[in-house]
Amino acid sequence: MIQSFIKKGSFQDSVSLMLISKKLSNLDEVDEVSVMMGTPANKSLLTATGFWSDKFNDATPNDICVAIKTNNDSINVVDLISTQLEDALKNIAQQQQGGSKLLKARRYASATQKLPDANLVLISIAGEYAAELAEQAIDDNKNVMIFSDNVPVNDEIRLKTKASSKDLIVMGPDCGTAIIAGAPLAFANVIPKGNIGVIGASGTGIQEVISQIALLNQGITQAIGLGGRDLSQEVGGISALTALKMLAADEQSQVITFISKPPAESVREKVINAMKLINKPIVALFLGSTIDKVQDENIYFAKTLDQAARLACLLAKVEVAARALPKVTKQTISGLYTGGTLASEAAMLLAQELHLSINEDHDKGIMLDENGHKIIDLGDDFYTVGRPHPMIDPSIREQEISKLGAQKTVGVVLLDLVIGYGANPNPAESIIAGYKAACAQRSSDNPLIAIATVTGSQQDPQCRSQQITALTENNIVVMDNLPEAVLLAKKLITPTKSTGSLKSYPLLNHISVINAGLRSFAEDLQSSNVSVVHYQWAPIAGGNQKLAAILKKLN
Amino acid sequence: MNRAINEANQAIIERIRAARPHWIGVVAAKEAVPTLAQGYKLLHAGPPISWQDMTGPMQGACIGACLFENWASDEKPALDLLANGKVEFIPCHSVNAVGPMGGITSANMPMLVVENITHGNRAYCNLNEGIGKVMRFGAYGEEVLHRHHWMKESLGPALNDALKLFENGIDLTALMAQAITMGDEFHQRNIAASALLLRTLSPKLALLDRNKTEMAKIFDFLSVTDQFFLNLAMAYCKSVMDSAAQIQEGTIVTVMTRNGKDFGIKVSGLGDEWFTAPVNTPQGLFFTGYSQNEANPDIGDSAITETFGIGGAAMVAAPGVTRFVGAGGADVAYEVSEEMSEIYLDHNMLLQIPSWNFQGCCLGLDVRRVVETGITPLINTGIAHKQAGVGQIGAGTVRAPLACFEKALEALAKKLKV
Repeated sequence: MIQSFIKKGSFQDSVSLMLISKKLSNLDEVDEVSVMMGTPANKSLLTATGFWSDKFNDATPNDICVAIKTNNDSINVVDLISTQLEDALKNIAQQQQGGSKLLKARRYASATQKLPDANLVLISIAGEYAAELAEQAIDDNKNVMIFSDNVPVNDEIRLKTKASSKDLIVMGPDCGTAIIAGAPLAFANVIPKGNIGVIGASGTGIQEVISQIALLNQGITQAIGLGGRDLSQEVGGISALTALKMLAADEQSQVITFISKPPAESVREKVINAMKLINKPIVALFLGSTIDKVQDENIYFAKTLDQAARLACLLAKVEVAARALPKVTKQTISGLYTGGTLASEAAMLLAQELHLSINEDHDKGIMLDENGHKIIDLGDDFYTVGRPHPMIDPSIREQEISKLGAQKTVGVVLLDLVIGYGANPNPAESIIAGYKAACAQRSSDNPLIAIATVTGSQQDPQCRSQQITALTENNIVVMDNLPEAVLLAKKLITPTKSTGSLKSYPLLNHISVINAGLRSFAEDLQSSNVSVVHYQWAPIAGGNQKLAAILKKLN
Repeated sequence: MNRAINEANQAIIERIRAARPHWIGVVAAKEAVPTLAQGYKLLHAGPPISWQDMTGPMQGACIGACLFENWASDEKPALDLLANGKVEFIPCHSVNAVGPMGGITSANMPMLVVENITHGNRAYCNLNEGIGKVMRFGAYGEEVLHRHHWMKESLGPALNDALKLFENGIDLTALMAQAITMGDEFHQRNIAASALLLRTLSPKLALLDRNKTEMAKIFDFLSVTDQFFLNLAMAYCKSVMDSAAQIQEGTIVTVMTRNGKDFGIKVSGLGDEWFTAPVNTPQGLFFTGYSQNEANPDIGDSAITETFGIGGAAMVAAPGVTRFVGAGGADVAYEVSEEMSEIYLDHNMLLQIPSWNFQGCCLGLDVRRVVETGITPLINTGIAHKQAGVGQIGAGTVRAPLACFEKALEALAKKLKV
């Protein structure tokens, strides 16, 4: 039985209506539904296909004719189909959704045409094909990150050697993680921008260190992956050395963190020697290898991932502070402490950094006195005869600070400020007075830098932050702890090694990616506002060797 | 080696760019293709095929042609004539012609004459009969024959006379450049081009000294035949690709066509040799009452439009037909054209597509790129019922089979001794 109705004055194109016919015909309540505009041709088609209803005599080419074949008389089919038709027409109108399109290409050449400034190819195709594509990219002067594994080691060596000769880097094979110029490459995290550059032969190692860095409220510049085999004897750390050069030249990367599993001994030596040539502090973590030294020149060795992160953050804060201060190269450091243990730790740390020896007998509170560097505990009995402890009455330290004004060889004064119950109600006031008096005797080409640490909490009567504000408002630098304060002091008096002009790597400033393989990597890049083209890679000629060989000759 | 190929391809592209086909007349097929004048001969779509291998629509059209030419009085004697090998079959492409669907063209059917005035060569195509029960889809009833006689006696001559009133026929490139901005891709949708054509013809048609009722019939036919321009677009593309094929080197495809059994291509560097592979069956949307099971395998010379770079390759130009490729609509159409641009060497700035950021249509289909990527040309096509006589049952898309491109590539390698 045919039931029918006309929807007047609603023009739709025939394709939309064919789609709707198809959809409505799928409803259980009907056998088949025909939806057509009432043109003469359609009317004859409705007749020919057995959908004719005399109601359609009145239909104009601007009316929709709906014919329903059904034997179902338990419900009002016309109402049902009419409602469904309205919904379907509405859907058509709404179907045009927006959203930015992912740029796609099916050939390497068209990928490069669509993204002419592409400078990195991210490869996650089957390992057996990865090397060929990587080589094409390197020949085309592009950097490469190979996520794929199962790439033969000889291919890796060949690719890395070629890339290195063109000042390009190959990250990987089997490189899971990198963040370059803010772009997440494969497995990556959203980490705040900072001044720590990370290099890693371990993907999850990089991810853990950078997330610890974020937890410590610091950030990174780049995270360069190497792939697990880079530091092996065969490969010889080719990409590790390139990565170090890249970060050495990268101004934003003020501290470098290097993470790997234990490398081959000869490679480790090569890497450490390269690190020593870089005029930046470097945290090195060779996971699992036994390290006797804590520090070797500018290299700080860590034993665990979190320790590497903490060290890096400490150094990062010192670098930031140092860059805001004038250098006092070749001057000495003087420490005037009211806390004995603080003086003792400061002396120990400074002795370690400057390779000095500590005064074991602590005569007159002198904890260290060598090469002009001096750290004194003003709470020593020698100073407190007949007067209150300087934590209560800081006037003795105020005088000592002001005296430094005349001691022109002293470039940095290290100070503590102890608050809490029992302590002076406003110790900052005394430090400021002493420092002002000292500075009055100095000129701008012979400044005295004061670096303080504050012991005590926000809830103490003097209030930690108020004391800090008072100090910083008077140009006294406040660091969070003694290692930071001591490292900063050392940094200020140490002349910068000249490294000559370094070759810069444009990749670190701007990245534009051709993604071959996993589409989700391209989508992640796009959602991070990185320019990317997704290269829907497939083997040439579907993997037919014979045809591929012909193409090679004919191309 | 590659240098010679690239130079040859570049020369082909230049010829395609320089070509300026004009519609200059409508003549009897036997005038356009003299061999048809004697004996029982029929042109058909696609690479060469025998009567036994033809599918329903083409066989139906053959019967129709026999009746039209009065070679037989009825269906039965027509079938005898055809089945007994009395009729010679010639591919349209072998005589500078093209024909949609079955492509069956006989001596006295009117043909469009298109001349590429740059290179001086001509191409021919029969006239579009409209939709529904039509010969190109295999219908051959009274109504069909009646229309063909009317086209032969009235429509064809009138159009020919009107065209004579133009200085140099009608410049089809100019018209198509406008129509593509109005949403035509010239294979599944020609409504804008057909309307522009009628607009151009009307003042000259009005000057003809003919019976008013007869003229009204002609105007009426042209005003409702949305695909009228398709046959002109096909002749247009044929004349362009024939002139390109004269280079006889290079890797650009100059013919793609189907006969319901095989898909055939020709490649510039391989001259007149056919490379064939079994056709696929189009997928699409069907008129109510019909389904995929009844669809005839891919058929017709109309894939000459995709050979030139319009039709499926210009899907993004035609919002009206985009949903034939799937539910995604405009997005999918964009993807199709982007995908197609991977296998063509260049773009044709004479036919700019606004919805493609004014990029030109694809140009220069390269056998190498098809084999390299495995991307086969997507063809927009009408769908015929597989039984003779039913006609069109839907429309959709179909892919060219990869194998014919692979065969051509191997032949190129052999010819070039690589």
